[in-house]
Amino acid sequence: MSTTTVPPSPPKKLNRIGLEPSDYKGNRTTLCAGCGHNAISERIIEACFELGVEPHRVAKLSGIGCSSKSPAYFLASSHGFNSVHGRMPSIATGTMLANRSLISIGISGDGDTASIGVGQFVHLMRRNLPMIYIIEDNGVYGLTKGQFSATADLGSKLKNGVINDLPPIDTCALAITLGATYVARSFSGDKKQLMALLQGALSHHGTVMLDVISPCVTFNDHVGSTKSYSYVRDHDAPLGEVSYVPFFEDITVDYDPGTTTEITLHDGSRLLLKKLNADFDPTNKAETLRVLMEAHEKGEVLTGLFYVDTQKPNFMEILNFVDEPLATLPESSVRPPKKVLDEVMDGLK
Amino acid sequence: MGTVDLAVREAATASSRQEKVINDLSIQVATVNGSGSQSANTVLLRSIFRMGIPVSGKNLFPSNIAGLPTWYTIRASKNGYIARRKEIDFLVAMNPETAEEDVMSLGAGASVVFDEKLKLQRLRDDVIFYPVPFDALVAPVCPNAKLRKLVRNMIYDGVLSKLLGIPMEGIHEALKQQFSKKPSAVDLNFSAAQVGYDYTEKNLPKRGRFYLEPMDATRGKIIIDGNSAAALGAMFAGVTVCTWYPITPSSSLAESLAGYMRRYRMDPETGKATFAIVQAEDELAAIGMVMGAGWAGARAMTATSGPGISLMAEFVGLGYYAEIPAVIFDVQRTGPSTGLPTRTQQGDILKNAFLSHGDTRHLMLMPASVEECFSMAIEAFDLAEEFQTPVFVMSDLDLGMNNWMSGPFPYPEKPMNRGKVLSAEDLDRLGGFQRYRDVDGDGIGYRTLPGTRHPKAAYFTRGSGHNERAIYSERPEDYVNNMDRLSKKFETARRRVPGPLLQEPDGVEIGVIAYGSTHWAIVESLDQLRQEYDLPVSYCRIRAFPFAEQVLDFIRRHQRIYVVEQNRDGQVYELLRIEADAEDIPKLQSVRHYKGLPIDARSVTDEIVSREGKK
Repeated sequence: MSTTTVPPSPPKKLNRIGLEPSDYKGNRTTLCAGCGHNAISERIIEACFELGVEPHRVAKLSGIGCSSKSPAYFLASSHGFNSVHGRMPSIATGTMLANRSLISIGISGDGDTASIGVGQFVHLMRRNLPMIYIIEDNGVYGLTKGQFSATADLGSKLKNGVINDLPPIDTCALAITLGATYVARSFSGDKKQLMALLQGALSHHGTVMLDVISPCVTFNDHVGSTKSYSYVRDHDAPLGEVSYVPFFEDITVDYDPGTTTEITLHDGSRLLLKKLNADFDPTNKAETLRVLMEAHEKGEVLTGLFYVDTQKPNFMEILNFVDEPLATLPESSVRPPKKVLDEVMDGLK
Repeated sequence: MGTVDLAVREAATASSRQEKVINDLSIQVATVNGSGSQSANTVLLRSIFRMGIPVSGKNLFPSNIAGLPTWYTIRASKNGYIARRKEIDFLVAMNPETAEEDVMSLGAGASVVFDEKLKLQRLRDDVIFYPVPFDALVAPVCPNAKLRKLVRNMIYDGVLSKLLGIPMEGIHEALKQQFSKKPSAVDLNFSAAQVGYDYTEKNLPKRGRFYLEPMDATRGKIIIDGNSAAALGAMFAGVTVCTWYPITPSSSLAESLAGYMRRYRMDPETGKATFAIVQAEDELAAIGMVMGAGWAGARAMTATSGPGISLMAEFVGLGYYAEIPAVIFDVQRTGPSTGLPTRTQQGDILKNAFLSHGDTRHLMLMPASVEECFSMAIEAFDLAEEFQTPVFVMSDLDLGMNNWMSGPFPYPEKPMNRGKVLSAEDLDRLGGFQRYRDVDGDGIGYRTLPGTRHPKAAYFTRGSGHNERAIYSERPEDYVNNMDRLSKKFETARRRVPGPLLQEPDGVEIGVIAYGSTHWAIVESLDQLRQEYDLPVSYCRIRAFPFAEQVLDFIRRHQRIYVVEQNRDGQVYELLRIEADAEDIPKLQSVRHYKGLPIDARSVTDEIVSREGKK
């Protein structure tokens, strides 16, 4: 009889609320191997683990499309709602009205947002609803086999040779104009930047609009596409380096205030933006829009945190309702007593 | 036709012309939209109500802010009939555009109060004319020329007060109620009414046979419109989220809700609201927000009308399959687009019964009165959460926007029924749950709310492709299993929704089935049939879909059943044909009223009499 020695298992990595990374995993993905969306799901898992987000407080919401399937692939112990095409913003709004203590993570796609859902997208941004709105942006409709979406660049080519002859909608520029208060663009292949932006997003209490270029390996990863892995890698123009310091870590960071901006988010966490362009100010709307437009003209895929406003009241604050979830207010709080009905009836006699 | 309907009054005999008619008349005020006649009309209605006479008012208005013809009809009825009456006894002709046609459509013996300069006397010699110099009378009491247009309407209240016998104190009291927030308007308006009264006393001797006399049939009663009543119901139902998009005739439901909630649903300690009311960007978003809120556990509602329902169709179908509570008030109106958006219809019944794609069936409540607008609003929220499904409350423009007399609404007796929702403690005890499993044999699964602090609480919500554990599935057995459970849930609802109200004299072969605001014409028509034609008829008022078994039993017990409704296609008639026993289908006959005007008793009576071969 031989004996085998079992090597001691490495100590489990636990986060600040005592959960393991596996507690944040979802079901196995059914998207294509290499799909950018899977990388984004991975970053969401990591960001939630690192920050110690309580999974039961997260609501995962989506519309329809490849992107909208992905909430099933992260945070299995969070409630999820795969709704109808282009309507995730209204589902998110209702969800947050019912229970303002939730952390809503909405996953949409470029078709789901910029075409069928553009009306709800626009009004969500206006309201500054506290939620994280992620566009997994690949410029095509994947689930219906590769038609152009409204974020496809002018002149971009489909696999079958069709050239896009309309200009793209820049969802970030739109979100900034309309009133979102944390607007960024990233690339599914840029782990570090995406991770920092997602962590910052989880610390922000307003509408986060995060457009993540997420190549479609099946329908839009060829020569002539402007949303392929190689095109985005070659044209990615980060505004600078983004790093995130969570509120629960007492870290002093040395930085040069001449080249780095520090932004304190709602929960006390900080974002450090080390800028390539020392003049760029992410709290200045007009400036941001100018930089975005110039990048378009140069054919660059500008990424990074474009705009942040931590002062503007969010939708919940504007509506001024009670702090506890409306959904579970007791009958004594929501059904006025009989004397109120009597008073109203007397007034109608 | 210039006026709302061609009066088909039977010629009065010479003797009956002399007979005094007390507390049984209808007044029609014809004005121009935007001329401020609403206050004068409401004051007139309320001052008759204050005399203790049952009264109802109906506003027949165009889709327009100012300039087009509008009519307001007040009916006083000692018998308590409050349906619209076709025949007009007293016309107040203030609109030069329609005055001639309005006069021509009157029956012989009617009276006309009119603006002197219209010179309507020349038109007929079989009606009674009361010319009034409105402009000359209003000028001295209202020096402010800008206000004159509004105030001059009060003059006809004074004229009618004198001609019909409405006490001026009652007009004064009604004015105080009308302008409770603007006391300065009371004196100005009352002096205008007084001028009308005085002029009439001096210059217009009373002719004709219509009189109002005090009685005691309105003590303790209230006057309210259906939309306000539904809003009150929603507030007492404990609604916490209302998301809506403006559309006539439902806007005033959400707006009155906002008014009541601001007054009565602010936390007394913090001053914070215990609700959220959001005007959405469109009906797609309004219903989406309701779905999100219902999914997350709030009592959520929207209010809309036919075109809005069309936009909500996709989400309502998802609500059926994802099993999300939602309350949708559908204040029905006529037609799409610019159709007749300010006219009433029961036009969305068939559409809502099966709204959306795939196999769907929805619960509908059908209030007939303002009291039912209130009580069914409360019932709708309970049903929505109990059955985890969208529930429609099928009001209409007539019910929703017109003033109705009613008994005071009863305070809800039952506590709120929040349905099968599992807490973290429940999950500890059970060790988990399966969202779409029929544990209790009633087709209704258990749900959890997002935010429930338990590792087994979460589930993933999507459309029809899921198994009992809410896992995505395209397996045929899973799909069929789910569909059959949903059918079972619908059958459970059939036994739970409000049953019909039945009125059955012994040994009667003929029955009437009706629902919603049609009820009031039926009540009156049944009396006409019995008194004028010796034709006793049974009555079954449907109050919900799915139809309770008692509705089908009613059909089984009768030989001929007239299904009376306010649409062209006999929508409930068609639904009954789907649900009735095959041998009963030929018994059903459809009686349809679709003029855009509220149905009246005489039309129903004439139709039934004609089909019964009595005429």
